[in-house]
Amino acid sequence: MERLRQTPSQTVGPFFAYSLTAVQYGYAYDSIANHTLIGPDTPGERIFITGRILDGQGNPVPDAIIEIWQADSEGNYRTAPISAADHDSHEFIGFGRLGTGTQPGAVFRFDTIKPGRVRSGRVRSGRVRSGSVTPGAAPHINITLFMRGSLRALYTRLYFADEAAANEQDSLLAMIPTDRRTTLIATAVQSAAGPGYHLDIHLQGDQETVFFDL
Amino acid sequence: MNSINFDVHPPHLSPEYKSTIFRSPTKPLMIVREHLQDLRMPVFGESVLGKFDNDLTKNARVNGEPIGERIKVAGRVMDDTGRPLSNVLVEIWQANSAGRYIHKAEIHDAPLDPNFLGSGRVLTDSEGRYAFYTIKPGAYPWGNHYNAWRPNHIHFSVLGHQFDQRLVTQMYFPGDPLFAYDPIFQSTPVHARELLIARFSMDWTEPEFALAYEFNIVLNGRYQTPFE
Ligand SMILES: [Fe+2]
Repeated sequence: MERLRQTPSQTVGPFFAYSLTAVQYGYAYDSIANHTLIGPDTPGERIFITGRILDGQGNPVPDAIIEIWQADSEGNYRTAPISAADHDSHEFIGFGRLGTGTQPGAVFRFDTIKPGRVRSGRVRSGRVRSGSVTPGAAPHINITLFMRGSLRALYTRLYFADEAAANEQDSLLAMIPTDRRTTLIATAVQSAAGPGYHLDIHLQGDQETVFFDL
Repeated sequence: MNSINFDVHPPHLSPEYKSTIFRSPTKPLMIVREHLQDLRMPVFGESVLGKFDNDLTKNARVNGEPIGERIKVAGRVMDDTGRPLSNVLVEIWQANSAGRYIHKAEIHDAPLDPNFLGSGRVLTDSEGRYAFYTIKPGAYPWGNHYNAWRPNHIHFSVLGHQFDQRLVTQMYFPGDPLFAYDPIFQSTPVHARELLIARFSMDWTEPEFALAYEFNIVLNGRYQTPFE
């Protein structure tokens, strides 16, 4: 089969905010997604996810964009097209996006629900097969990062520290040398706002996060 | 024998572009293809589009038309087997004709345009086509090195169907004299740089209205399921 060369990646640069995350940064333009993935009726355990992106000198990166993509509380990824009604009813999609430039300390914070253990081969009305995204994978959130100084997307995953048994059986985690697995595991945090998880993403250094090549 | 080099993306570390030095991974990436090969992306619909999101000459007007050269930028999004990708979300952002971004952190001493924001988004149609009207962006200086200037460019964010069809890139204009001096453009493998440059299209140019540029976008097609 004939193949075409892909379009090369280039950096997102420092000035994405008024397009990709306009509402968060206060620009007069809509956003397709933000830091809140849930509505009042979203089923599942409500959690927040916080973290920072740290560069090779240990400085938090204040101009990164972070996207998350996760299954719902039953472990199904949303595959049906998103409609206006979904927006109106705050239907859970599982996609979040924010920039690290609006919170002190360049912290990111998503409000979401804890994803279920990923299922496969499951058919539900309005949704097609959730995909054999590692059937039986431990609950996790896919993370994609873009920033000035990064010429390509960086892919990683967030797993949950309190899912030790499921993490033990996760075939992607199993591929990672034991001493680096912890870089993907968010620690549980209790706060007045409820249960949450924290994960710092280290671009370099002893704690360098495991990034994926797709 | 014809051998085509498919290695098109810049390396993570490209020291001439100084910000990569402390922001690029130093350890080998984990190859996890089989774990993510069936992961689809959310399918956005018309509900995320505003009325003039495909027309940056109109979507931020306050008291007149934006200043600068009106252009059309259009093309197709496909996977690397040549299959057109419909319903792909294409988001763009750019400087105005004077080379000034509206972003609050931008300090370049060039005028803002009260009638130009520089943000747009569209969904590709059933044949993978998209089109924007906009103003040709100006060049602007940056701090990477002494007398550093970025070539004219439009930033693109493309959200395809599969998890690995997520592309952020920049579209450049033909014949820009700054190509040779721009470490971001130069970070791209030599053979692949042409893929970042739009083609001037007389065919799509609209008489008495706007010059047209064609920019086709090819996403990873490695995991395309044959049955759908
Ligand atoms: Fe730029």
